[in-house]
Amino acid sequence: MERKHYTQQINITDALMARINELLSHYPSDKRKSALLPILHEVQDAHDNWLSIELQDKVAEIIGIKPVEVYEVVTFYTMFNQRPIGKYMFEFCQTSPCCLNGVENLMDYTCNKLGVKVGEPTADGMFEVRGVECLGACGYAPMMQLGDFYQEHLTEEKIDQLIADCRDNKITLHDK
Amino acid sequence: MLIAEITKSRYTINNMSQKILLDKINVPGIKTYEVYRKEGGYTSVEKALKKLTPDEVVEEVKTSGLRGRGGAGFPAGMKWSFIDKKSGKPRHLVCNADESEPGTFKDRFLMEYIPHLLIEGMIVSSYALGANLSYIYIRGEYMWVYKILERAIAEAKAAGWLGKNILGSGYDLDLYVQIGGGAYICGEETALIESLEGKRGNPRIKPPFPAVSGLWANPTVVNNVETIAAVPWIVNNSGADYAKIGIGRSTGTKLISASGNIKKPGVYEIDLGLSVYEFMNSDEYLGGMSTDRPLKAFVPGGSSVPILPAHLIYKTAAGEDRLMTYESLSDGGFATGSMLGSGGFIVYDDRACIVRNTWNFSRFYHHESCGQCSPCREGTGWLEKVLHRIENGHGREEDIELLWSIQSKIEGNTICPLGDAAAWPVAAAIRHFKEEFEYHIRFPEKIKNRDHFVAEPFEKVRHLVSNVTV
Amino acid sequence: MKVTIDGQSIEVEPGTTILQAARMIGGEVVPPAMCYYSKLKGSGGKCRCCLVEVSKGSEADPRPMPKLMASCVTGCMDGMEVNSKSSERVQEARKSVTEFLLINHPLDCPICDQAGECDLQNLSFEHGKSKTRFIEEKRTFEPEDIGPNIQLHMNRCILCYRCVMVADQLTDNRVHGVMDRGDHSNISTCISKAIDNEFSGNMIDVCPVGALTDKTFRFKSRVWFNKPYNAHRNCDKCCGKTTVWMFGDEIQRVTGRKDEYHEVEEFICNECRFDHKDPKDWVIEGPRKFEKDSVINQNNYTRKLDKVEIATEKNILLGREVDRKKISMKTTPLTEEDIINQKNLGNHG
Repeated sequence: MERKHYTQQINITDALMARINELLSHYPSDKRKSALLPILHEVQDAHDNWLSIELQDKVAEIIGIKPVEVYEVVTFYTMFNQRPIGKYMFEFCQTSPCCLNGVENLMDYTCNKLGVKVGEPTADGMFEVRGVECLGACGYAPMMQLGDFYQEHLTEEKIDQLIADCRDNKITLHDK
Repeated sequence: MLIAEITKSRYTINNMSQKILLDKINVPGIKTYEVYRKEGGYTSVEKALKKLTPDEVVEEVKTSGLRGRGGAGFPAGMKWSFIDKKSGKPRHLVCNADESEPGTFKDRFLMEYIPHLLIEGMIVSSYALGANLSYIYIRGEYMWVYKILERAIAEAKAAGWLGKNILGSGYDLDLYVQIGGGAYICGEETALIESLEGKRGNPRIKPPFPAVSGLWANPTVVNNVETIAAVPWIVNNSGADYAKIGIGRSTGTKLISASGNIKKPGVYEIDLGLSVYEFMNSDEYLGGMSTDRPLKAFVPGGSSVPILPAHLIYKTAAGEDRLMTYESLSDGGFATGSMLGSGGFIVYDDRACIVRNTWNFSRFYHHESCGQCSPCREGTGWLEKVLHRIENGHGREEDIELLWSIQSKIEGNTICPLGDAAAWPVAAAIRHFKEEFEYHIRFPEKIKNRDHFVAEPFEKVRHLVSNVTV
Repeated sequence: MKVTIDGQSIEVEPGTTILQAARMIGGEVVPPAMCYYSKLKGSGGKCRCCLVEVSKGSEADPRPMPKLMASCVTGCMDGMEVNSKSSERVQEARKSVTEFLLINHPLDCPICDQAGECDLQNLSFEHGKSKTRFIEEKRTFEPEDIGPNIQLHMNRCILCYRCVMVADQLTDNRVHGVMDRGDHSNISTCISKAIDNEFSGNMIDVCPVGALTDKTFRFKSRVWFNKPYNAHRNCDKCCGKTTVWMFGDEIQRVTGRKDEYHEVEEFICNECRFDHKDPKDWVIEGPRKFEKDSVINQNNYTRKLDKVEIATEKNILLGREVDRKKISMKTTPLTEEDIINQKNLGNHG
C-alpha cells in the first residue's frame, strides 16, 4: 500500500546508543532481532514519539537486520507511530467496561474542548485524541493513557486539569 | 501525574481470603526489595535451591492442582512436565504479562504493587524447569510497570538472587523483561514467542508445541503472571496445602478483576468456590450494584467468554448455586453456562445495551486479529460491520441469522483461539438476548441515541418484540 | 505407516502430511490448498481451505480430533483415518472459507490477468455460492508500484504469504513483506521500492490469485487464448526450463512449469521470464498438458476432437428454423408439427 512519506531529524545520542546496547545484551548474541521491540520504543521516545522510514532503516542497521523486517513490525503493533503525532496524545480506552462508565461522552467532551476530531492533532501539534482498545484498567474506568502513564477515574474536571497541566509543561511523558 | 505519586498504591483492598498472592499487599513499601525481603520474600528460592531438586518443585506444583491463570486453565504442573529435557537444548521460561483481555487487569496489579513476588516465582519456576535464561513479556502499554520490573530485577540481582551460581547452588539464571508493542494477540503463547523474537505477533501452527520448540526453537514454557506468582507459596508451604483451598479441580485462590456497574470495582483475591452471589453482593467484595439499577448481565471471565443473563448468574440452569470455580461457571455448557477464563468479571446493569456491547467486543477482536488465517481475518471484520449496522439502526431481519452463521464459521476453524474468542461473545449475546437484537432492527428510531437504554431500559420495551403472548 | 483418506488407504513415510498423502492417492480426496506450497519452507496452515476431519487419530490413540485440522500442516500417524470430500463438516468448512476469501475480493475476473488459471476461481467454482451475503463496503488498498516487472493488485490478495517466502528463501535481500495487521494486512515494500532481484518473478508464479501478475504480459491476452509450450534455453542463472505462452508466433509470456497443483517444478530467473520473448531464444519441446477441468484446455492440444458437438446444438438449429418460419409466415405457413414444436419451446423457455 502506498504510504505518505514524512521526514524527521534523526539523532541517536550516546545515551540512547548505550541503552540500545544494554537491551541487545538481554539476548544471545546471535538473536539480536529479539531486541527490536524494546529498541523501537526507546528510539521512538527519543524522536517525538514517531518513527520515520529513515529512522526505521537506522534501527535495522544498528541491529543488523533487513529494513523490511522493521517495517513489518512497526506496522503490526499499535504503539509505533508512523507519522508526526500530537505531543500529548490522549489515548482513551474505548472497550466495553470503559464505555459502561461513559468514556464515549468524555471523548466527545475532550475533542470539543480541543477543537479536534479523533486522530487529528491540534494545529499547534500539542494535543491529539485517539480511541484505543482495552488498556487493562477496566476497574478504574473511564481512563486513558498519556505517555507512559495511565490517567484513571476520569471526569470532565480531570480532563480540564490535564489539558491545563500539559500546557503548563507539568506532565511527565516518559519514565526514563 | 508525577512519578512520585504513582509509587503509592492507588487502590486499597482488603478481604478475608487474600492469603496467597495479596497477603502482604497492604504492607507499606512492599514494592521495594528491602521490605519484601523483610516480610519473608525470596524464602521459596532458598528452600528450592538448597533443599529441593527441580523435579521435586514440579511435583509440588502438580500436587497443588494449580491451573493456568491466563484463561485456559490448563494444569500448570502438567504443562511443566511436558518440557523437553532430553534434547539438551537450552530451556526457557517466559512469563506472559501481555494482559489484554477486556475486563482483565489483575496481573498489572500484582506487578505494579508487589513486583518481587513475580520475580521470586520466576526464579523458582525457572529452577524447576532447568531454564537459565527467562523472560517476562509485558504488554507495551504497561510501560511504567515494565520500568518497575526492570528496577526490581536489578535489585534482586544486586542481592544475589539472579546471575551465576545463585546461593552457591550452582544454578544460574538470567531474567529480563521484554516490552511488547500493542497487540492483544501476543497474549497467545506462540504469538508471544514470535514477538519476543522481534517479529510480528502471528501465532504459530501447532504442533510443535513450545514445550518442544518455543523461543528460538528451544523448549519453552509460557505461564501467566498469576500462575507464576502462586509458585512461591506452594514451595514455601506445600502443594497439598494449596490444594486444600478451593473445590474439586478448582484449587487455590484466584485473582478476579471486577469492573462495570458495581460499587467496588478492583482486583480481588478469592478462594475458588466462593459463591457468585456473595462475591457480587457482600461488602467484603463488590458490594452490589453501583446504582439502584437492576443487574442485567455479567461476563465472568473476560470479554471472550459467553455473557450470561440475570437469571443464570447466581444459579445454574439446574438450580444449584453458581460458584466461582472453573466447573460451576461452565456448568450447562455454552447453552446456560460460561467460563472462569482469566477472571475478568464485568457486570452490566439495565442501562447497558447488549447489542452495543457485542459490537464493542467485535470491534476489539476485529482490531486485534493478526490477519494470518482467513476465517478470523475476514470473519471478525464482517461481524463488526453487521453489528455496527444493527446498533446504528440499519439492521435487517436476516442479520441475526447471518451473525449466527458467521460466528459458527469462524469458531474452531482458525489457527489460534482468537477466532473462538471473537465468535463466542456474539453467539452468547444472540442466544440469551435475541429480543434485544430484534428490537434494534425493528425500532431503529428508538436506538438512535447511543445511551438508548438509560432512560428507557429494555425491560420497558421488551413487549414490543416479545414472542411470548400474555 | 498406513493412513486412510475417504476410505482409500496408502502407506506413507513418517513425516508425511495428510495433504501429501492425499496427493499421493490423487483424485477427489485431495483438499484444495491456497497457501501451502510444497517447495516453500514454512508455508501452509493459513488459508484453512484444506481442513479435513480426523475421525481416528492413530492406531495407538484412536480418539478423533475434535477440531477440523489443516491437512497441509498435520502429520500422518499410523492407522489415522481422515475424511475429506466425504465429510459434510469438511465441505461446509470449505464453503465457509471460500465465502470468507470472497467477501472482500473485488471479483474483477473479467479484467484480471490471472483469470483462467486462478486458484480462487477454481475454489469458488467448487465451493462457492452464486449469491453473496456480504452487503458491506469492500475493503480496498491504495495501489503501490513495485517496479517494472511485477504488477501488485493488493485488493485481490488472500495473504497466503507465499511471495514473502519466495523472497526469503530464493533471494538474500527481501524488500517486501506483510505490513499492518488484521484485515488491513497487505503485501508491500512500505516505501514503493522496486522489487528487482534476479528471482523476484517467481512471486508471480507462486501467487494463487491475481495479486501479483506479469507486467510484461499485462492485458495482452486471456490465458486460454495462448498456446503453452514447454521450452528451454541455456541459462547460467536458473534451470532454463520454462513454459512459453504463445499467440501465433509471438511469445507473450514465460512462466515456470507448473504441475497439476499449480506449483512450479523449478523456479526460474527473471532474465528467462521477462527478457526472452523471441522464439529464437528458446528450444520448443512441445505442447504443455493440462488437467482436464482447466479453462486453458479450450485452446490446447491435450485432447483431439473428431467432431465438435455442442450439447444444445439440435435445439439451437430447431429454434432458428422456427424463427425463420415466423418471419416468413405467409410464404411458408406453419405445419401442425411446427406449432406443437413452438409450444414446447415456449414452455421450456
